Amino acid sequence: MTLIDLANPTRFLQLTARILPWLAAATAILLLVGLYQAAMAPDDYQQGATVKIMFIHVPNAWLAMFVWGVMSLAALGTLVWRHPLADVAAKAAAPIGAAFTFLALVTGSLWGRPMWGTYWEWDARLTSVLILFLMYLGLIALWRAVEDPSRAARAAAVLTLVGALNLPIIKFSVDWWNTLHQPASVLRMGGPSLDRSFLIPLLVMAVAFSLLFVTLHLAAMRNEILRRRVRSLQMMQASRRSA
Amino acid sequence: MTALAALIRRDIKIALRVGGGALIGVLFFLTVVVLMPFALGPDLALLTRLGPAILWLGALLASLLTLDRLFMADHEDGSLDLIVMSRTPLELTCAAKALAHWLAAGVPLILATPVLGLLLNLDATATAAVALTLLAGTPALTFTGMIGAALAVTLHRGGLLLAVLVLPLSIPVLIFGVAASQAAITGPLAFGTPFSILCALSLVSLVIGPFAAAASLRHGLD
Repeated sequence: MTLIDLANPTRFLQLTARILPWLAAATAILLLVGLYQAAMAPDDYQQGATVKIMFIHVPNAWLAMFVWGVMSLAALGTLVWRHPLADVAAKAAAPIGAAFTFLALVTGSLWGRPMWGTYWEWDARLTSVLILFLMYLGLIALWRAVEDPSRAARAAAVLTLVGALNLPIIKFSVDWWNTLHQPASVLRMGGPSLDRSFLIPLLVMAVAFSLLFVTLHLAAMRNEILRRRVRSLQMMQASRRSA
Repeated sequence: MTALAALIRRDIKIALRVGGGALIGVLFFLTVVVLMPFALGPDLALLTRLGPAILWLGALLASLLTLDRLFMADHEDGSLDLIVMSRTPLELTCAAKALAHWLAAGVPLILATPVLGLLLNLDATATAAVALTLLAGTPALTFTGMIGAALAVTLHRGGLLLAVLVLPLSIPVLIFGVAASQAAITGPLAFGTPFSILCALSLVSLVIGPFAAAASLRHGLD
């Protein structure tokens, strides 16, 4: 089974129909375990119980960036390998990524209110995630502006790749501009600075959210394939009626 | 090479003649700056402090306004198809078109800056700093904006979609442009650091812009 075998949408639908229930079950179990562990994790000596927002906020923020990475791979698939499912994958991922980004912003804002005393601060990290959100919305607007999906796919692929190059630049430029958000504390030189009692639930939640993304993404891809089939059937019927 | 030179000459000529619309950008720039005192109040001290930011914002919006024309007119009269099919590499042609667009629409904005600086009560150093940063930064706006223009022309959609796609990409240029001008006027940071980053952004977009625009034209036109 290689990536090329999946190029056949029917085979993709068959395969995903088989694995989706398992994925959904694994996501639900991991989410429950993660939420339980997060609820049982000790309170922070400074932040009290609000530290638990972290277990939702951080996975959302990771996924917000990860989904753009997935879309960039799919964009390469569209432009370089002309993989028939790549544009379906890219299109299905955009709203999910936008949702993760939005949730990261909302949870961060709710966390910021008790900790920083403000819902919003024009800080580097917050601003660059907000720009990421705007770029997701722009990409979705691009998808929705064009009727022909294959045409929209190539335009969206170019924009996704340019965005992938630009996001690090935006990140560093706003870092340089203004900063308040804490620096990275898990993926950093010299190991995580987070205590084990926080780190393990956080990692469980991160895996659970990644699985959630894979589940939602595969389901959205199935829907998109079926939607395209419905559309081409409708077009065929319309042309038959006019003939 | 002669083909590229001819293309640049032709584009500048079209942009500057009747119906070209390159100079409308300058008029728009002037209007945006004139609008600011109405919104902020005629407080000269405040306008002086915000001056570089206002000028940068005006230049950004004005250069966005004229981007529509970069490929649209050529697409309408069919010459874009000839350009895509010609033997000159499309990346070079795109770069030449963007250069011509910058010369016709971007340079007048920079030339207008001293006059607009007077309206905002900027002194000579501040005006020179803003003009210099615009000179270093507007190529980045044109060359990244070209990607949006190429996408818009292949999709037959311009205007708002173009703005939504291009504006987030231009945020770093705005940040470092305003930072460099502020550094030159008030300090305390050195002028050199943000200014070199601004130049770097222009050089990077000089490379990425033509390739991305050429890719979207090649894939998108039929």
